[in-house]
Amino acid sequence: MADPGEPHIDMMRSPLGRARGLGAARAGSGHWWAQNVTAIALVPLSLWFICGMIRMIGASRADVMAWLSSPLPMVLMLVLIVATFQHLQLGVQEVIEDYVRTPSRKLVSLLLLKAAAVLLGLLCIVSVLRLGIGM
Amino acid sequence: MRDARDALMVARNTDGKLVSRPLSPHVLDYRWPLSGLLSGTHRITGLALGIGTLLMTWWLVAAAASDSAFAAVQWFLSSWLGILCLCGWTFALIQHLCSGIRHLAWAAVYGFDKPQYQASNWVVIAASAIGTVVTLIVGFVVW
Repeated sequence: MADPGEPHIDMMRSPLGRARGLGAARAGSGHWWAQNVTAIALVPLSLWFICGMIRMIGASRADVMAWLSSPLPMVLMLVLIVATFQHLQLGVQEVIEDYVRTPSRKLVSLLLLKAAAVLLGLLCIVSVLRLGIGM
Repeated sequence: MRDARDALMVARNTDGKLVSRPLSPHVLDYRWPLSGLLSGTHRITGLALGIGTLLMTWWLVAAAASDSAFAAVQWFLSSWLGILCLCGWTFALIQHLCSGIRHLAWAAVYGFDKPQYQASNWVVIAASAIGTVVTLIVGFVVW
């Protein structure tokens, strides 16, 4: 046992590793953090979305255009889409990582998931812009 | 003893007598804790909402595309299958929202003691049920 007065290292972890803060999974807390930030944003956004969808029951196409051409609903809808698809792909990623064991299948599922989230999200964004701006 | 599998289940006790080894109950025989059920429900409603985004995408894309495409999605949403989807979507969204707010509280290290989370289990269940029913009543009856 080294003399406590002597300079010594207690940690089995390099100062560089500690500064990077990425941990054993080499990804840090980025996934968890993004999931929670989007979750906080989605609390008021989903409540607004429920109200908006109730207003759109039985609406005509012109009603949808009129609703989404005001700046605030349009911006809120765009933010909702980005936050929803980001939160969704982070959540489903966790499910895939938990239950899909074969590494190749896991990789393919994750790639398909990311592709689907980007494509669906962009489809929604372009549609909202087209409805709102009338491109 | 009938076969190798049986042989593995037989042992001698301290008196030297042959006895069958004790078995723990099958995993499905245990009672699910309510918090565990809610955790599973949170995940399942999250996945269901993922399928729900397909419906949202269809609705937005159709509205942006043409009158006939929009008429098709509105026809589907007013069919019995569409209404079933909308009811399921409403429940999934509100359940995931209520349960998610509790997850955010837990992430802030609040309400993580056993008496607290056992009480908030019922708050989540009641809020999801009441929220779903109120939303459906407002949507289908009042509006």
